Amino acid sequence: MAVLTHLQQLEAESIEIMREVVAQVDNPVMLYSIGKDSAAMLHVARKAFFPAPPPFPLLHVDTTWKFQDMYKLRQKAADEAGMELLVHQNPQAQAQDINPFDHGALHTDMWKTEGLKQALDKYQFDAAFGGARRDEEKSRAKERIFSFRSENHQWDPKNQRPELWSLYNARKKPGESMRVFPMSNWTELDIWQYIRLEKIEIVPLYFAAARPTVERDGLILMVDDERFPLNQGETPVMRSVRFRTLGCYPLTGAVESQATTLDEVIQEMLLTTTSERQGRAIDQEAGASMEVKKQQGYF
Amino acid sequence: MSASDTGYRAEALIGQDIAAYLKAHEEKTMLRFITCGSVDDGKSTLIGRLLYDSKMIFDDQLSALEAASKKSGTQGDAIDFALLVDGLAAEREQGITIDVAYRFFATEKRKFIVADTPGHEQYTRNMVTGASTVDLAVLLVDARQGVLTQTRRHAYLVHLLGIKHIVLAVNKMDLVDFSETCFQDIVDDFNSFAADLNMAPPLAIPISGLAGDNITGRSDNTAWYKGPSLLAHLENVELADNAAQKQSFAMPVQWVNRPNLDFRGFSGRVAGGTVKLGDKIRIVPSGKTSTVKEIVTMAANGSRADLSEALAGQSVTLTLNDEIDCSRGDVIAAGDNPPLAADRFEASLVWMDEAEMLPGRAYELRLGTQAVSARVQAPKYAVNVNNMEHLAAKTLGLNEIGVVELATDRPVVFAPFADSQKLGSFVLIDKISNATVAAGMLHFSLRRAHNIHWQAVDIDRAAHAALKGQRPKILWFTGLSGSGKSTIANAVEKKLHANGKHTFLLDGDNVRHGLNKDLGFTDADRIENIRRIGEVAKLMSDAGLIVLTAFISPFRAERDMARAMVADGDFVEIHVDTPLDVAEQRDVKGLYKKARAGELKNFTGIDSPYEPPEAPEITVNTTELSAEEAAGLIIDYLDKN
Repeated sequence: MAVLTHLQQLEAESIEIMREVVAQVDNPVMLYSIGKDSAAMLHVARKAFFPAPPPFPLLHVDTTWKFQDMYKLRQKAADEAGMELLVHQNPQAQAQDINPFDHGALHTDMWKTEGLKQALDKYQFDAAFGGARRDEEKSRAKERIFSFRSENHQWDPKNQRPELWSLYNARKKPGESMRVFPMSNWTELDIWQYIRLEKIEIVPLYFAAARPTVERDGLILMVDDERFPLNQGETPVMRSVRFRTLGCYPLTGAVESQATTLDEVIQEMLLTTTSERQGRAIDQEAGASMEVKKQQGYF
Repeated sequence: MSASDTGYRAEALIGQDIAAYLKAHEEKTMLRFITCGSVDDGKSTLIGRLLYDSKMIFDDQLSALEAASKKSGTQGDAIDFALLVDGLAAEREQGITIDVAYRFFATEKRKFIVADTPGHEQYTRNMVTGASTVDLAVLLVDARQGVLTQTRRHAYLVHLLGIKHIVLAVNKMDLVDFSETCFQDIVDDFNSFAADLNMAPPLAIPISGLAGDNITGRSDNTAWYKGPSLLAHLENVELADNAAQKQSFAMPVQWVNRPNLDFRGFSGRVAGGTVKLGDKIRIVPSGKTSTVKEIVTMAANGSRADLSEALAGQSVTLTLNDEIDCSRGDVIAAGDNPPLAADRFEASLVWMDEAEMLPGRAYELRLGTQAVSARVQAPKYAVNVNNMEHLAAKTLGLNEIGVVELATDRPVVFAPFADSQKLGSFVLIDKISNATVAAGMLHFSLRRAHNIHWQAVDIDRAAHAALKGQRPKILWFTGLSGSGKSTIANAVEKKLHANGKHTFLLDGDNVRHGLNKDLGFTDADRIENIRRIGEVAKLMSDAGLIVLTAFISPFRAERDMARAMVADGDFVEIHVDTPLDVAEQRDVKGLYKKARAGELKNFTGIDSPYEPPEAPEITVNTTELSAEEAAGLIIDYLDKN
């Protein structure tokens, strides 16, 4: 008797989750960060509603500091899926010229956390899909697939709704909302494997190429545009690098690599001995920092 | 040890031939399992060990772990694997696992998802949540402690949740010198308990999570043990998906896909069985039939790729060869063996909310993709989860488990939980707080009369009525014994018949002596009597007839129930209003006399109540009108309405 492979099972579960959201809520949106997890999630969404386009828009909460290659793929991916692309940039952050070089943690807080809340309020979305996976980080391992948020977008880890079988409860009062994580049970390897199997287009930054870089505090950073303030005597060096995760370019560390094909990237990923999120400055604070950020409304 | 060998082999393949490695990984199946046991039985340590041995811990995690082990670990300078899996900050301080955490690892054969759940009784709901999605449960027992109350509770819960595969992992064997006797005593103790639960004896494995014995490979320390290591068993056990494929096809419809007028697809995840192109299907509850036209999915490049077959567990979109009604909540099922629909059930319920269950309160019941209103009756009994005793209970509080009866406001397509997890499991949601308050498992439906397939018919009520040239109605006469119901109903029927109408009169003589001869005159029997009459009257009106019923029908609730069976305007309640003293004076059948003498029990008006209608369509006062005049009044009403 035929048995579903783990990828077929995961895809079927994610599709079921997405359809439940569309059937149960009024105004859903898919958060789209342009990274590989978003790419895989978007692809599953297209399958879930095919031949119709996914019946919700994509929302990119833009910090204005993403890699140029990411901006290039953004509209193309939305067009191919037949979906509307919404881009939100926090006007206060813009007015105050908040940036990762001068403002550290405030940058993430204002552009991402606050920006996301603003966008959800502005469009009155009552459910937002996110591509987070339970294998990424300890506090995510305990979050529900349908994660309830208060009117102030807060998550209460101690008071989560029981989530049994595949019976998802999206009931809520006006103003309250759900964050929904359809890719919860996928691992990093599953995502890569799926991208390979389904030939999903991803940002070229995931593949090694000669890029202008500088080294700071143990992180290799890419000088992606002229806004990168070089220290005195500092000159960008061309290194063959790639990125394991993509975020704001001044906050995202590259790894030196020669992997130019998907198979080589996966091979490197499997042989490497450093976990995925280490490239992100945000996670290197105290053990529980992500949990605190999530309670405040960070995705 | 063979496990490390496995790990190294896989790693070598990654380095040498990544394409071959990925191909092999693609074919892997997935097993979800839960670990449970008492607080100190070593759950977190075992999971940490599995992650470590299957090389799922990265260097940065390992160095963080080593640092944390020295700082707050319980193993001296050795690695405290438990620290790897205890998630939320508050829990880390308390040293216990509060919620359900999910962990991932893979071997050459399978990918695994582990639900790590808490042990304390106050976290029963978390354990039930974690157990609801798994194929297998690993029940940990501390070899020094043996089977404890918590062990029995967890065994009961995983059994209640229908988990087919259970592993009894006797842990910390290193602390009892790998004693076979000690192991066997625990196994015997557990098996006698399992027999009480009607649970098959589980596979028992002697292990040490801390030292790694019998985790990934057979340990030399337990030469007397001949079974598989834990991981070997996890890699080979049969998956629940396979079992579901042997069922009849059923797919709850989640969403109707209608991008344009030319396409109408029904999207859902196959709950059981398989479906092929051309298969005969039936929509439940409507009973309409058709055949499968297409099984639509999207190819990798975004174009259309249809399948010829879909299996249990797959999410697909079906199109049908006929234009028939089907929407979210319906189930598309095998034409020859569709699931049943019913509106009263017995079920096991696990209460999960701080606010206790309110019998009679309407909760939202979610089963598959259906959402209905459901009232729960006071529990038949609650279960003491520590010794499985049945306790009398008026309600269920947080973490309590009981057996209850439920009534839904409309029929629900279902299967017993033992036969189908997807069509037999449900949750209850509080309509005001929106919290998920209970998890339930259906045992069976209660009223067998509802337990039928609705057969969709082409010649329907309207067709019957059109042929007869009349509007079907139910004329429901109610009033005390001796009030004149039968006399008036008879007169009305004669007039209708003379006018060429097709009628039928149901009264005590043709019902009490046949259909309802098993019923007496207790309140419960009176309710059932009227319910059956209502059902028969409805069937006859569906056949196009004007039905007259002449029964005391003393209770408002049952008359309202009969009224609710037909469309507005088709039910005409006629109160034959005769004061008790007048009826008693007439006493045509001598019944009042017998009742007054105590020879007849439960006689309406004497020792059983009569609830007069609050807003009947017609009231006839028999002290002012003759039977003929009353009949004329009723005919006038019918002519006008």
